[in-house]
Amino acid sequence: MRMPRPRLILFWLTLAITLIVAPSAQAHLVNTGFGPFYDGLTHLFVTPEDLLPVIALALLAGLRGPRFGRSVLLALPAAWLVGSTAGVLLAPQLTLPALEIILTIGLGALLAADRPLPLAFVVSLAILLGLLHGILNGSELANRPSSGEMVAVGVTVGLFVSVSLLAGQASSMRVRWARVAVRVAGSWIAAIGLLMLGWATHGTA
Amino acid sequence: MKRFQPRTMKNFVQRAGAARHSLVILFLFLYPLAAFAHKRGGEAIGFASGFEHPISGLDHILAMVAVGMWGAQLGAPAMWVLPVVFPMVMALGGMMGLMGIKLPGIELCIALSALALGFAVFREARPKLWIAAIIVGFFAIAHGHAHGTELPLGASGVLYSIGFVIATGLLHALGIGIGLIHRWPAGRIALRFAGAIVAMGGVFFLWKAISGEAA
Repeated sequence: MRMPRPRLILFWLTLAITLIVAPSAQAHLVNTGFGPFYDGLTHLFVTPEDLLPVIALALLAGLRGPRFGRSVLLALPAAWLVGSTAGVLLAPQLTLPALEIILTIGLGALLAADRPLPLAFVVSLAILLGLLHGILNGSELANRPSSGEMVAVGVTVGLFVSVSLLAGQASSMRVRWARVAVRVAGSWIAAIGLLMLGWATHGTA
Repeated sequence: MKRFQPRTMKNFVQRAGAARHSLVILFLFLYPLAAFAHKRGGEAIGFASGFEHPISGLDHILAMVAVGMWGAQLGAPAMWVLPVVFPMVMALGGMMGLMGIKLPGIELCIALSALALGFAVFREARPKLWIAAIIVGFFAIAHGHAHGTELPLGASGVLYSIGFVIATGLLHALGIGIGLIHRWPAGRIALRFAGAIVAMGGVFFLWKAISGEAA
């Protein structure tokens, strides 16, 4: 099933604008004391801003079947690594936290809805998420004295393992209530995203 | 071609085992969010206080549990549609509260929610799914807005939100768990009785809200 051409163009246009208006570092890299690789490996698990959309995307891909899961498993870590490299090299200092939150809300809502989606759309979401968060991580790595490359590799490995576990489990679920539980998890992620958006715009109205 | 799987006890055990593993892995992924060892600018406090917030007021607890009880009483698909929809709608109300958007009569709506939902459980009301969703969604906005306006400044937004949503979801799960007793004849009566208690609690909070507004 292919994505309609105008929608695809719109999507890539949005992605291009996102990359041009590169966001600043929102994520925090934790120092484990075990070296840069392990700092990267643990990063995802102590950074809910990064972990929540990854959980939503991996479960979404898993629910749609093994083909989706395999595609996201390759696309997301690769895009994240490319984004990290771009972030290290360019070190952008602009802020765009709303896009991160909106992406989290969208992924959570898509997971909660559990509707059929084209493979190209899900893979595009994985690339968008990977590039966006990768740039955020990379720009923070640029200000780090230790080996930024090894941290990026650690993050990518952690991401690969997380997506394979979550998407694999979601795609192998057969009982109905387990699928409902995954959808509830999606609704929780969307709800957390909505509250985060409220926090980000606290008292603006 | 779909593989034929006979409904044997062995198959059931295998499926249940796979589902259990899925939940364990999901839990392991969600658990580190509460990583108290990595306290960055009060984020652990953010999670704890966010988790505590929905369970700190009896009016909220009664309404959340009643939503689960009513959903279980209505059966599928309401039993799983309401817990999927409610957190998102409630968070929408919370977002409005955080943004400073004013809504009138929130305390009255919250008190009315316990009364209405408790009464629905007591009467075993079975409206159409969309009507039930609108009723629950309306009260979800009120509860979310009240929470949103009460959220403390300076706490970590992300972990606070995670704690808040998990606690709310667990209250629903508790309500669904209680509501499942309606499958037995004695349980059905007990559930109606529980609904009556929730409704009486709603009357108390409604009286308090009205007297508070009058004062």
